[in-house]
Amino acid sequence: MRERDVPQEGNATLGGYRRGVYAVADDGRVRLVASRGWEVEEIVTRQVLQDLERHARDARERALAGLTSPLEVHMYRARMDLALLSQITGLWRWRIRRHFRPQVFARLSPGLRQRYADALGISLEALGRID
Amino acid sequence: MSSLVRHNGLPLSEAMAFGLASAILFAYLPFIRIHGLPLVAYRIAPRGIIRRLNRDLGLGMRFERFGSPAEGTRRLNQLLEQGQPVGLQTSAFWLTYFPPDMRFHFNAHNLIVYGREAGRDGDEYLISDPVAESVVRCARADLEKARFARGMLAPRGLLYYATGKPTTPDWAKLGRRAIARAAQAMLYTPLPFVGTRGIRLLARQVSRLPDDAHARLYVGNIVRMQEEIGTGGAGFRFLYSAFLQELGSKTGYAALDPLAAQLVEIGDRWREFALAAARMIRDRDRFDGPALAERLRALADDEKKFFGELHAAQRAWAC
Repeated sequence: MRERDVPQEGNATLGGYRRGVYAVADDGRVRLVASRGWEVEEIVTRQVLQDLERHARDARERALAGLTSPLEVHMYRARMDLALLSQITGLWRWRIRRHFRPQVFARLSPGLRQRYADALGISLEALGRID
Repeated sequence: MSSLVRHNGLPLSEAMAFGLASAILFAYLPFIRIHGLPLVAYRIAPRGIIRRLNRDLGLGMRFERFGSPAEGTRRLNQLLEQGQPVGLQTSAFWLTYFPPDMRFHFNAHNLIVYGREAGRDGDEYLISDPVAESVVRCARADLEKARFARGMLAPRGLLYYATGKPTTPDWAKLGRRAIARAAQAMLYTPLPFVGTRGIRLLARQVSRLPDDAHARLYVGNIVRMQEEIGTGGAGFRFLYSAFLQELGSKTGYAALDPLAAQLVEIGDRWREFALAAARMIRDRDRFDGPALAERLRALADDEKKFFGELHAAQRAWAC
């Protein structure tokens, strides 16, 4: 890639940062050039984010319909999945899946609630709510 | 990494640090899954880079892990007070200065802390991070969370710092060895998912993808790993060619220059692959797994030829 071909397409997912890309300068040397982003990067980053958002939205609808607990919603909002939440909390997957049942979630001990809140980086109070 | 070395008195560019550690690689790791997608790596793990540089340059690198966040923070503060810049392994998700769209649960994000200041809400750390061009700040509580994140590749508070005073090494000797190591890893690793054979294996998987949403996530994942922050573009291929050029001019070994140019072209092919994949993800082009697989196979051929020639040039290098 030539230095003048380094994309400067203003990738929104970079949040205003620029990223370093190595490119060939006019003297033939490969150098670090700041790029404001490439559309390709934006497409693939957006793609995973949208996938996670879709899961969160879907879980939220089910939670409002009483089919799942707020825990599942917060899990997707924190960009996690069941495997990751299980690793972070140290709880078995089947146990977490059981906590997705609203009746079971409602009776959860304060200790377990705290464990989930810490793992998800939200407050105890926020864990019980969906907005 | 190169800035830790520079602090200890040895001027070393990012490209040289990357190249001397023989960090370039290709690996397709279907048994490590993130959000159900396989890990595709274009270089060795950061830990490996640090370890190899440590050994080859005599950095006297110390590594420490901690049982509790409080202990980890105490030790970090102590080192900073001694004026020691400290490398940390963190999870990108908890770093508040990260662009929100880039905050994923990725536990092997490495950064360097070199100062602490009292901020509005308690201590703030001054950080040099590859995502940002200038200094960024991070509050103590967030940094603790990032350092003690759990899950795959959990950092467990890992910090590292250099204690030795490296002397200027024999670039030719180190460079020769580093190139041999890289070529061997790419060509002769006896595992089907590493090196040029790993690219072929990935091509086979891609060619079998049906035309659905999961297939688009699958190829999107490959492209993301390739163009992620810190790669310098094209899955570190451009960065490695910068290394070959720099090594060539440092040692006067002219055969490295055309090889660097060849690798830049291979990097361009990787970028074309990324572009083709992105167009299919957005449905600007029809999704065509076999066509993407064909590009990957061509890349496997190109890289096989390139690393073969690099290896030959390395053996012909008299010093």
